[in-house]
Amino acid sequence: MAHTLSSPVAAEQHLVGSWQSRLLRSTLNNRSLTIGLLIITSLGIVALLAPWLAPHDPYLQNTANRMVPPIWHETGSWTHPLGTDRLGRDYLSRLIYGTRISLFIGLVVALISGLIGTTLGVLAGYFGGRVDAVVSYLLTTRLAMPVVLVALAMASLMGGSMLTVTLLLGLLLWDRFAVVARSATQQLRDAEYVQAAQALGCPLPYILLREVLPNIAGALIVVATLEVANAILLEATLSFLGMGVQPPSPSWGLMIAEGKAYMFFQPWVITIPGSALFILVLAINLLGDGLRDLSAPGGRNE
Amino acid sequence: MSSAEIPVDPLALELCALSKTFKLGGGMLHKSRTLKAVNDVSLRVPRGQVMGLVGESGCGKSTLAKMLLGLTPPSAGDVLINGKAIVNANQKALARHIQPIFQDPYSSLNPRQRIAQIVGLPLRIHAIGTPKEQAVKVEEMLELVGLPKRAAQQYPGQMSGGQRQRVAIARALIMRPDLVICDEPTSALDVSVQAQILNLLLDLKDEFGLTYLFISHDLAVVEHLADRLAVMYLGQIVEEGTREQIFTAPRHPYTQALLASALTPEPGLGVPDIGLGAGQPDPTQPPSGCAFHPRCPVAQPTCSQQAPTLSAIAQTSAQATRHGNQARVACHFA
Repeated sequence: MAHTLSSPVAAEQHLVGSWQSRLLRSTLNNRSLTIGLLIITSLGIVALLAPWLAPHDPYLQNTANRMVPPIWHETGSWTHPLGTDRLGRDYLSRLIYGTRISLFIGLVVALISGLIGTTLGVLAGYFGGRVDAVVSYLLTTRLAMPVVLVALAMASLMGGSMLTVTLLLGLLLWDRFAVVARSATQQLRDAEYVQAAQALGCPLPYILLREVLPNIAGALIVVATLEVANAILLEATLSFLGMGVQPPSPSWGLMIAEGKAYMFFQPWVITIPGSALFILVLAINLLGDGLRDLSAPGGRNE
Repeated sequence: MSSAEIPVDPLALELCALSKTFKLGGGMLHKSRTLKAVNDVSLRVPRGQVMGLVGESGCGKSTLAKMLLGLTPPSAGDVLINGKAIVNANQKALARHIQPIFQDPYSSLNPRQRIAQIVGLPLRIHAIGTPKEQAVKVEEMLELVGLPKRAAQQYPGQMSGGQRQRVAIARALIMRPDLVICDEPTSALDVSVQAQILNLLLDLKDEFGLTYLFISHDLAVVEHLADRLAVMYLGQIVEEGTREQIFTAPRHPYTQALLASALTPEPGLGVPDIGLGAGQPDPTQPPSGCAFHPRCPVAQPTCSQQAPTLSAIAQTSAQATRHGNQARVACHFA
């Protein structure tokens, strides 16, 4: 903890404006955060407005119009800007609806796993001792399981569907939340403001929710962004392997899987959803990186 | 503020043979070691006085403070506040009587809460008054500790160390406790700010009729503030007496060394050599007999065999009769 006094001028600048405006300024100064936020917001809008943005019904098959190439091909047309797939479905519309699936799964999985992991981690970090031993054991057990294999096995047992994939990944991806929450809470447990709250007789939920949680939230949000990206990739993986979202849903992973037979002669059936996946995951990681920089010492909470 | 005029009873705080033992390590393969952080400490703090507790790092001062605050249960012994034992007492009831001021104002305030929330927390938790009354009280308290009104809406990150310590003081005193445990409240502050905070503590003590247990390793601070003084070494109290007794005529060789170790502002004197040799021994393996004998300049063979007890010093007539002036020392040769 820095006890050095910064120069009055620097301190003054640091204090100018409300914390909201200071947050806004440091956000705009952070390029990766701005780019990530911009891409994700636009994709979020696309997902929300899918029915109005998509030029065609993503499920409508037209066998007379199969494998139409995208617009940059000499035979492409504006009717299907990104072409059609092997069943004649409009590729752009499927891509747009696929955004919904990817974002939904990413967010819900991060929410479920975040809830599980944070609860376990905070309890382990705060109480230590036996609670910590139990949580650490659960964590080790979880880390010993390869996520893709377990998810594949479970999905094949329960039948792949969007719900199954979401629940499975939510129950599997809590490890990083738990690790980060545990170590962050361990550091805070002996913080003097936590002791002050204990000495006041604050009830345990108050201490955990109001004193501990807000102060580890920064680290957890960074983990959450990484897990969203992770979950989106895993969903695509599972869908590609046929154990995730089932056809005819327009999942990006499924689109890649369905296109793999045509990959050498019509590479765009793979590169288009692949690029979409790449951009989304990149944007989320940029956002996570930017948030980490923002929550690092030097901000409001040094 | 001589202690002689203040009646000794009732005691605000009494420690009876208080001990805290920690088990260290201990797995399947190696035996656990025990650490006596606080070893059989008995101490009486009269109401309205400032009891200074000094000793080097790791001597058990902070563990003692934690036990008093109810944060760690003692392994043995009793803590009596206003004559009532606090063991098994409700933490909330305890909090009404005893509050802490911590060492590091940078970690004693939740960085995510506004000052008004931090200072008002005790009132909210103990459900004292309506939200409006609480807000008024918070404002009063901030004014009492010398903070501007606008401070209420600030976050700790926007304040200086001295201001933060004022906030911590406001939080500790808003419920009007009887006893305040000050755990090195100035050691993290600039020297220029230390004096302000100390004077504030003294003013508030008179205003609210507080009793302080003032833990410090800074003798100058203690000399400024304390009525009585207890010197701790390896979890035990080795000497206790009034400020005058300790500072003018220290009996225990450790107290003498501690006083000699205080740096003077005089240039050219360098760092005083106090002849204590290396650091204090491993507290998990305390020396036999008197715990201080390996470092003691006047140690005799008996010191390593027989532990001295903390006993009253025979004093010259008039002084000795007053319990308030009772001085105790744990040394065979004092």
